[in-house]
Amino acid sequence: MFRFLLTRVSLIVPTFIGITLLVFVLIRLIPGDPIETMAGERGIDAALHEKLRKEYGFDQPVLVQYWYYLLRLLQGDLGKSIVTHKPVIQEFISLFPATIELSLCAILFALCLGLPAGIIAAVRRNSIFDHGVMGVSLTGYSMPIFWWGLLLILLFSVQLGWTPVSGRISVMFFVPEVTGFLLIDTLLSGEKGAFSSAVSHLILPTIVLGTVPLAVIARMTRSAMLEVLGEDYIRTARAKGLSNFRIIAIHALRNALIPIVTVIGLQVGVLFTGAILTETIFSWPGIGKWLIEGIGRRDYPVLQGGTLLIGTIVMTVNLLVDVTYGLINPRIRRPR
Amino acid sequence: MLKSRLLLLSAIVPAMLLTAPASAKTLVYCSEGSPENFYPGINTTGTSFDANSQIYSRLVDFERGTTKVIPGLAEKWDISADGTVYTFYLRKGVKWHSNANFKPTRDMNADDIIFAIERQWKESNPYFKVTSANHSYFTDMGMPKLLKTVEKVDDYTVKFTLNSAEAPFLANQAMEYAGIQSKEYADAMLKAGTPEKVDQEPIGSGPFFLVQYQKDAIIRYKAFPQFWGGKASIDDLIFSITPDASVRWAKLQKGECHVMPYPNPADLDAIRKDTNVTVLEQPGLNIGYLAYNTTKKPFDDVRVRKAFNMAMNKQAIIDAVYLSTGVAATNPIPPTMWSYNKTVKDDPYNPEAAKKLLAEAGFPNGLETDLWAMPVQRPYNPNAKRIAELMQADLAKIGVKAEIKSFEWGEYRKRAQAGEHQTAQLGWTGDNGDPDNFLNTLLGCSSAAGNGSNIAKWCHKPFDDLVVKAKSVSEQAQRTALYEQAQVIFKEQAPWFTIAHSVQLKPVRKEVIDFKLSPFGRHTFYGVDIK
Repeated sequence: MFRFLLTRVSLIVPTFIGITLLVFVLIRLIPGDPIETMAGERGIDAALHEKLRKEYGFDQPVLVQYWYYLLRLLQGDLGKSIVTHKPVIQEFISLFPATIELSLCAILFALCLGLPAGIIAAVRRNSIFDHGVMGVSLTGYSMPIFWWGLLLILLFSVQLGWTPVSGRISVMFFVPEVTGFLLIDTLLSGEKGAFSSAVSHLILPTIVLGTVPLAVIARMTRSAMLEVLGEDYIRTARAKGLSNFRIIAIHALRNALIPIVTVIGLQVGVLFTGAILTETIFSWPGIGKWLIEGIGRRDYPVLQGGTLLIGTIVMTVNLLVDVTYGLINPRIRRPR
Repeated sequence: MLKSRLLLLSAIVPAMLLTAPASAKTLVYCSEGSPENFYPGINTTGTSFDANSQIYSRLVDFERGTTKVIPGLAEKWDISADGTVYTFYLRKGVKWHSNANFKPTRDMNADDIIFAIERQWKESNPYFKVTSANHSYFTDMGMPKLLKTVEKVDDYTVKFTLNSAEAPFLANQAMEYAGIQSKEYADAMLKAGTPEKVDQEPIGSGPFFLVQYQKDAIIRYKAFPQFWGGKASIDDLIFSITPDASVRWAKLQKGECHVMPYPNPADLDAIRKDTNVTVLEQPGLNIGYLAYNTTKKPFDDVRVRKAFNMAMNKQAIIDAVYLSTGVAATNPIPPTMWSYNKTVKDDPYNPEAAKKLLAEAGFPNGLETDLWAMPVQRPYNPNAKRIAELMQADLAKIGVKAEIKSFEWGEYRKRAQAGEHQTAQLGWTGDNGDPDNFLNTLLGCSSAAGNGSNIAKWCHKPFDDLVVKAKSVSEQAQRTALYEQAQVIFKEQAPWFTIAHSVQLKPVRKEVIDFKLSPFGRHTFYGVDIK
C-alpha cells in the first residue's frame, strides 16, 4: 500500500508543475493587457502604464516572469490580485467554503438519487423505469446549466414562490462568519430562521450543479451493475437462495462500485467547472465566479493562484479516490 | 390525499423558506458586482464608486439628480478673480465613522483634506503607493499638472492654488475620486503596520457606515446618526450583489430587492407591465459615436465626412440596436448637459445627396475604408458590431466598401487612440457634468496629439480656441455661449457621426420614495425613503 501511495504521490509533482506552466502561459496568450484592463474605460497614460508594467514585472520575458513566479510559489506566496490588491490566498480562503458547501450538497444530491436510480434501472432492465431513468439522465446531461438555472428560478422562485431567487441567505440575516460554511455558521449563530433560509437558498443551485453528476452517476451505476449482475458468482449466489436484496446490495454493488467511485472522483472537476456558471446565475459568492471575473479583468495572479489551488484540490481528491479504489479492489494496490 | 398534501406543502414551504426577521427601514439594492476596494481614489468602475459614495463625503457634491455643484464638507468657497485660487471654508463638527480598529478623537479638519489630495498627488506621501499607485481619475482630470499648492490656512480653511485657470476644477472636486479619508485613521494604521486597512475597512464621514462586506455576496451599511447632513431616512442599506440582469429582475419582482441597475433589454416589456415597479428613465450623460480619422485620407476632406454622415440611417440603427434605450445624438454633448445647443440641426439621412457630395469630393465610384467596431458592450453602445454591419450596408448604397475590424478591447482603445484607424466607433460617459469634459477632452487639439482621447485626431483651431477659452472663464453664461458656438462648428466640420445617447433605465419598486436618477449613473441612497 505504501509503494502504491508513493507512486501516486510522485505523479502529482510533474502534474503540478504542468499546471503552473500551462496556466501561466495560457493566460498570457489571451489578448489583453492587465494594466490596460485595470485602467478601465479611460485608458492610461503611457508613462504610468510603463511604470506599472515594471512594478508588476510584466516587462520581463515570460520565462523570467515564470521563474520568479515559481520562486515565490515555493515560499507559499501566490501574489496579490491586480484588481483588489488583496493576497490571492486570502481571497481564495474567504470564497472557497461557499463553493465547497455547494459542491458537497450537489454531489450528495447526485449520489442519493443517482445510485438508487442506476441500481433499480439495472435490476429492472428494459422496463419503463429503466427507459425513463436513462432518458431523463440523458436530458439532464445535455442540459445547458445556464438555461436550466434560469428555468428553475422562473418556475420555483418567480412563479411558485417556493424558493428564494439567489444568494446564500436572506439579506435580512447577519450571520457572523465562523467556519465560512453557512449551514454550520447559521446553526452556531442561533438566529431564528437563519438555518432554514440558508437551506432554502441551497436548493436550486444544488439541483442545477448536481444535475450533470446525477446523470453520469445514474448511467454509470446502471452499466456497472448490469455487467456485474451477469457474472457467474451472482448466478451462484442466486442458486444458493440468497435474498435479492443481499445479492444486489452486498455481492453486486460492491464490485460495481469500483468504476462508480472513479467516476465520482472525476466529477469533482466537473463540479468546479459547473460551479462557474451556477455561481454566476445564483449570485453564489464562490471560487467559480471569482475566476470568471479574473479572466474578464486579466487578473493574472488570481487566475494563476486560483487555478493552481483548484488543480491541487482536484488532484488530492483523485488521489483519495485512487486510494479508496485500492481499498475496494486489493488487486490494484499490489503492483506486479 | 397526495394532492392535498402537496397543496399543504406548497403553502407551508414558501412561508418557511422566506421567513426573515422584520427590520427597521431597510432598502436592498441589487448591485451588479463587487467593488474593487473601498478607496475611491484608485477606483475606475461605477460599481466601486456606488459602494464608496455611501461612505465618503467630498469637499463639494453634485446635487442629487443633477450636475449642479453644491456644498459638501466645504460649506462655502471663494474663487480668485483670475480663477487660479480656490479657498474652501470647511464645515465644523463633521464626525468620522468608527470601527473595531479605530475610534476617532477629532472632527474632520483641513489636515484630512490635504491628506486626501497629497495621497494621490505626492509620491513622498506614505500612502501614495498603498493599495495602488494608479490614481486614475486624479491623473486623468489633469490634477497633477494643474495643482500648484494645497495649503492649510487654518483648521477649517484650505487654499488650492492652480497653475492656470480651470473652470471645471470645482466640479472635479465633487467626483467620487475626491472622497475624503480620515488622516487620523491613516496615521493610526500606518503606526500599526497595516496601512492597507484604510482602504479595506473604510472610515468616512458620509451618510452610511460600512458594517459588513462579503465579496460577491453582500455589502451592508447602516445610517450614520451623526452625519453632518442629518441622519438618512432609511436605517439599513444593503447591496445584494447579483451579477445576472435577469436574476436581478426576478429578485426585484419578488421584492427581494427594491432598486436594480442595468435591466436586460429583453425584460423591459415585462418590467414595465409590473404594477409594483416603476421604471425611471433619463438620457445618460454619454455619447456613442463613429470618429473619422481626420488626419488620414479621404477623411481629411470635410465633404467625405459629411457624405458619410448623410449616408447612414441613424434612426434605423437606434431602432435596431438601442431599442427603447437610446435617443439620436445631434451634438457631441448629451441634451441634459448645460450649454447644449438646441438650434443645431443634424445631418439628414439622404443617400442621394451623400453620393453626390462624395462625387464632388473626387470619389464618384465610391471608396474603400475600414470600420472599427468595439468588441464589448458599453453603456453608450449596446452592440458596436451590429451597428457596424448596419453602417456597412448603408455605406454600400453610396458605393463605399467598408471593412469591419475589431480587436481585444484594451488593444482596440490603444490603437484607436494612436490613430491607426480610418473610422472607429467609441463613446464616452461624462465624469463631472462639465461640457469641457466632452468638448475639450474628446475633440480639443491637446487630446488629438499622441495617444490622446480625441480619436478623430481633429484639431480645428476655431473650435479649439472656443473650448480652451471656455475652460478659463468662470462665468457660466459666458461659457455657455462659447460652447454653443463650438457645437455649431462641430456639426459643420463633422469629425464624428454622432450615433446616440443611451437612456438610463432604472426599475424601482413602488415602495421606494424619492429615488433620483443620477446623470452620472451613480446610485446614492441618502435622501431616499421607503414605505
